[in-house]
Parts: sequence; C-alpha cells; structure tokens
Amino acid sequence: MFDPYKIREDFPILKRKINNHQLIYFDNAATTQKPKQVIEAIKEFYEKNNANVHRAVHTLSLEATELYESAHEEVAKFINAKDINEIIFVRGTTEAINFVAYAWGLRNLKRGDEVLVSLMEHHSNIVPWEILSKIKGFKVKYVDVNADGTLNYEALEKAISQKTKIVSITHVSNITGAINNVKRVAKAAHEHDALVLVDGAQSVPHIPIDVKDLDADFLAFSGHKMLAPTGIGVLYGKRELLEKMEPFHGGGEMIREVSYNPATGRCLISWNDLPWKFEAGTPNISGGIGLMAAIKYLKKLGMENVKAHECALTEYALKRMEECEKVTVYGPDASSRCGLIPFNIEGFNSHDVALFLDSYGIMIRSGFHCAQPLHQKLGLSSSARASFYIYNTKEEIDQFIGALKEIERSL
Amino acid sequence: MSVNVEDYIARIEEACGAEKDFIVLFKYDKKDEVIAKILKKASVEKTVAGIIFDLTFKGFSFRLYGTGKAIFKKINDKEEFYKVLADLLL
Repeated sequence: MFDPYKIREDFPILKRKINNHQLIYFDNAATTQKPKQVIEAIKEFYEKNNANVHRAVHTLSLEATELYESAHEEVAKFINAKDINEIIFVRGTTEAINFVAYAWGLRNLKRGDEVLVSLMEHHSNIVPWEILSKIKGFKVKYVDVNADGTLNYEALEKAISQKTKIVSITHVSNITGAINNVKRVAKAAHEHDALVLVDGAQSVPHIPIDVKDLDADFLAFSGHKMLAPTGIGVLYGKRELLEKMEPFHGGGEMIREVSYNPATGRCLISWNDLPWKFEAGTPNISGGIGLMAAIKYLKKLGMENVKAHECALTEYALKRMEECEKVTVYGPDASSRCGLIPFNIEGFNSHDVALFLDSYGIMIRSGFHCAQPLHQKLGLSSSARASFYIYNTKEEIDQFIGALKEIERSL
Repeated sequence: MSVNVEDYIARIEEACGAEKDFIVLFKYDKKDEVIAKILKKASVEKTVAGIIFDLTFKGFSFRLYGTGKAIFKKINDKEEFYKVLADLLL
C-alpha cells in the first residue's frame, strides 16, 4: 500500500526544521530529496566496489562494471526500452537534448529544414536548437499553446511539414504540469518522416513511461528529479538511430581502436559498441548506481501509485487554493496535469511569496522556472510554483494554504 | 579593523522574472545584527507578524525577512543599489 507517512521515514532531510518550522519541501520539480536507500547505495559503492569501469581486469573494476551496466539495464526496463544499447548515461536532460542536437542535428539538419518546438518548452529544449540553427541555417519553429498553457495540437499538426526534421517537445510542462499527448505528436511527426525527441524531465519521475508505446525516437530525463543524485541523466534513443549517429564526445572508452598510420600521419578510429560509443571518458559511476537504487525504490512503490498520489495531492491543493481570494492559479484542471501548481498572489511578486513561505519552512520556486516564453505567452512577469512528490502529504498542503492565507491577510 | 559590506552578505541573487529584483541573503551568523542595523536606519512602512518588514531607505523600497533575507524590487541602477546596501549596513 502506498503510504506517504511511511515513505517519509526513508528521507532523512524531511526531519529538518527550517526557520523554526518543520521542513515542507514543495520544490520537487527542481529536484527531489533522496531516500536513504539511494544514499546508502552510493556510500556502499565507494566503501566496497569503487574502481573505474570497463578498463581493467581486476576484481574491483569488474564489480564496478557489473554494477554500472546493471544500472543501464534497470533504466531500460523502467522505460520499456529494448535493451541497454538504447540507454546512454548523460549528466541530465539538458545534456541529453544537447547530445541529440549535436550528435544528430549537426549532421542531419541543413538550411531549409525546420525544427519544431513549442512555446511551453524549458529553455534547455530551446537554446540548443537556436544555437545550432545559427551554425546550420535551419529554422526553429514555435508551436503555440492555449490560454490554459496546454499544447495546441491543431497548430502543431498544421506546422509539421516535409521541412520538419525533428519535433522536440516536453512530455509535461515544468510550469503548468500539463501533460502532452506525445503519442499523438509522434504519430503526426512520423507521418512526415520527422523524428520526435521527448523531454521527459517532468514525466519520467511521475508517471509510468513506455517508450515503445509513446513511439518516441529519443527520450531525455534527469536522475535528480526522481530521487537519484545530481549529475546523472539518461538519453534513450531507438537503436537503429543511435547506430547511425556519430559520437557526441570523443575520448576514452567510446573507441574500439585508435591506430596511427605512419603513411598518412593520422589516426584511424573505430567506435565502441552501443551504448558505450556515446559515453566518453570515465562516466558518473556512482551516479548511475544511485539512479539504479532510485528506480528500484520507485518500482517498489509502483509508478501508477506515484501518479495517483500526486494527482490526489494536486486536486486537493487546487481545491483548497480556491479558498484564497487573491491567489490565481495557472494551467489546466487536475485531471490533465502532473503535481505542479504555478500561481501568483495579487499584490505580491513571486519571489516575495517564496521568501514569505520560506519563513514558514515551506520551500517553493519563484521566477521564470527556465520557461520565459510560456510566461510571456501567459502574460506573466513571473510565477510561484509548488510541486509535489511521493513524500508530500495533505497536512503539508493544509499548512501551505494557511501560509498563503497569512500572506493575503498581510496585504 | 575595518568592516565591509561583504562581512554581512553571503550572496546577492539577481532573481529571474521581468521585475529586476535582487534578493540579498545575509550571513546567517550576522543576521540579527544586520536586521537590527537596518531597522535602525530604514523607515518601517509595515510589519507582518513581527518577522517581515516593509521598509524604505533613500528612495528604495524593500522587504526584510526575519530569516535574514531581503528583496529589493525593480532595481535599474545596480551601482546605486550597492551604494544603498553599504549605507544600510556600515
């Protein structure tokens, strides 16, 4: 049974008091807290198995390699990829998107082509394409969103043409929590032979994901938003695409052979097998092991239960926020969003709200949340954002509402 | 020994958003001293629950929190802002 009170016992940080109040952590869309199972897994690796991977024949290296490869296998199963050949460990979602932009885009995009993104994207799914478009001369096209911040599917389907080479779209908005129907997007893109990259930073930690069902060509996500440490993330790619792609980074481990040819004065290089051809240098081994522990933890809870818990919390919070007269909430209704609630309080700017709540030990985010175009579209100078996860409770939401009412009273 | 603004300030964050706000985080071990200094120099426009103060000082409006943080809004002249901070703290 899914029991957030029991889950909380696994998170040492939640016992902290901040500004003389029990910590209430509602900034989960930025990063989540870590359970002791993840902290222990990393500690155990450094205490018992630490060595470099894939490079030595000694016992420790073999143990480290086995753990690191198991982490890839765990991720593959978690998102229903075919096998570990489709799983590349990166630093996070941002690096994963940059990876596709450079390793695929640099060789496949040219003047006259179009890359389709939406106005609800995180800057990490805008900036890499804009930078590359200046080098390659293709056009970045932005699909409009509706007044509630949801994706305008008609506009998207109309915008896709033979010029479109890739549609790079978020699965869940990091502002409104709106869940995009990426299956529908993938279908429309594939009908025009365009690829689909899904930014899963806000979806993979919160809802069950099946890459085969979504039919995404690439899926990018971060470990630290799903209980794992920072600095580890995943790029999933369909094997047939990854096999055709050239490496993103060059260096150790990603090569099979570098042989010097005295006749030409150059080195001949052949690449390692998937997925290692894309993991240059010593990887984040402990991060991968931490990610494996995080996934095992989430699988034990069940992703359907994780989703249901967050939906219930969001629905409850949205309902209770209606009691606050000066609070405006943005985004679709609870049934169409993940556990994210952006809002503003009349007479306060978002940073004021965040600082005020901080006085009560409640941690939320304020500002643009790296999604300025969506704020512009919604006519907002910034927003406050509360985001929930597995260890949050209705009692915490009650305290949050109490603090919001206190802010209103202070006006 | 001379005292500098840096002795009191841990970080200054230029907050994202269209408002051009600056959030000043005072050093935790100095926060009580800082709050006392600021309340002595600035005019209190409003107090909320005894932990949040709306203040004005030399034409700048700002909000000071009992947690040792302050938010200065709509800052267009950074140099002038740093000068006012120094006047408040030194």
